[in-house]
Amino acid sequence: MTEISIKNLCKEYNDAPVLRNVNMEISGEEFCVIVGASGCGKSTFLRILLGEIQPSSGEIRIDGRPLPPEPGPERGVVYQRYSVFPHMSVLENVMLGPGFAASPLLGRLSGKRRRAAADEAMHYLREVGLDHACSLYPASLSGGMQQRLALAQALIMKPQILLLDEPFGALDPGTRKDMQDLILRLWRENRMVVFMVTHDLEEGFMLGTRVVVFDKIPSLKDGNENSGATITYDIPLNGRRKPCD
Amino acid sequence: MRRMINWRPPPLVAVILGALPFVILLGVYLIASDIRQTENPNDKLLPPPAAFADAMARMALLPDPRSGNILLWADTAASLGRLFTGLGLATAAGFVFGLAMGLLPLAGRTFSPFVAVFSMAPPMALLPILFIVFGLGEAAKIILIFIGVAPFMMRDMALRVAELPPEQLIKAQTLGASTWQIFLRVAAPQMAPRLIDALRLSLGPAWLFLIAAEAIAATEGLGYRIFLVRRYLAMDVILPYVAWIILLAFLSDYLLRKLQQRAFPWFQKEKA
Repeated sequence: MTEISIKNLCKEYNDAPVLRNVNMEISGEEFCVIVGASGCGKSTFLRILLGEIQPSSGEIRIDGRPLPPEPGPERGVVYQRYSVFPHMSVLENVMLGPGFAASPLLGRLSGKRRRAAADEAMHYLREVGLDHACSLYPASLSGGMQQRLALAQALIMKPQILLLDEPFGALDPGTRKDMQDLILRLWRENRMVVFMVTHDLEEGFMLGTRVVVFDKIPSLKDGNENSGATITYDIPLNGRRKPCD
Repeated sequence: MRRMINWRPPPLVAVILGALPFVILLGVYLIASDIRQTENPNDKLLPPPAAFADAMARMALLPDPRSGNILLWADTAASLGRLFTGLGLATAAGFVFGLAMGLLPLAGRTFSPFVAVFSMAPPMALLPILFIVFGLGEAAKIILIFIGVAPFMMRDMALRVAELPPEQLIKAQTLGASTWQIFLRVAAPQMAPRLIDALRLSLGPAWLFLIAAEAIAATEGLGYRIFLVRRYLAMDVILPYVAWIILLAFLSDYLLRKLQQRAFPWFQKEKA
């Protein structure tokens, strides 16, 4: 079970506040959907969770330990685009993470260990329905298939937290529906906390066990519009969907 | 009436159109040459095709009485040796330094200003310094090609690395990659086909620096030969030599393009 504690998180860019006093407690494998208007700090929040940028103040703890200051294998990510490596086949893309872990010098596996990793990678590719395309390059895949690949690539690392930044934003409605079903299934099977940023409220309410709304707060002192955003609603839902602990 | 921007010549017409400038140039030369030859059979400025054949048979088939070498091949070997050594060193430096500058903020901050300033120095202005420091031998010519081409390649590589989507580098880190592993498995393989592009663009400048260096101080080489026989107005040698240089340059460009297509099939797909 993962415990995430976010306390008084603030982020400023050149004195312009983006996030202010964000507080959040997560315990257990939640599917946390983050919604809000453009420019409300949703992506900034995700990038802080990822370790790509550092908060100006406040703290994030995972299971009591401070969040590492740079991205690492315990936090997986899938972006709207550019989540896979164009110069590797589908299978190589999924085997990349295990290769990094096993070989510091070459970053790739060989021999028996390579075959074992390939078997494991094929397992994840079957999970996302891409096993038939394992030898193709990503450029030959459709948008939805590329996102499936990105998911398999992230899941093979068995991340504690999976961060999704509008992962289905560029997909057509039919593909989107399939991907939503897929992500729910993968979340249930893989015991992890999911943070998903989306523009689509309906999608958020359908998928999440918790919907968090980011919105701008008018400054208390001077009524200035530009005073940063924070969590204005934190709605628990779909409780029964939670995997039993 | 269709707009001109929408009119695509059919395949056969396209081939004919493509050949037309060559044919016209050849025709103009032959007519002009014929006119001058009729006026003065000893004219050296526009020799007839038979004169080229004679000169080239002499240069490419018979050993030079003084040195015993067959001049065209000796010149070609000397020039290509210098060209490829210089280009090879520049490519290696461009790849390593360019990638480091693009990938590591530390290396970028350290080397980018220096490379940016140094790349503005006209290489030909540095040639006298090279001749003074390294003498008139091979080193000066190879280094001229290197300093003429390497800064461009370094800057090009650094820019191409910077064009990699930041998402890719973050994603690699979430897969547990170290800086070295990102260099080895993410950045370098994606830069390799782009390095070939940079090398192709560098062929022109590299030939320029090669011919210039050979013209000033050499004892053999294609550029040396052209400038040597210029004293005798030997157009019958100069023009075929120039055509030979064009052919060599075109061929290396073509082979590099083929290599890129063969070795990096994903790169074609990504571009399409």
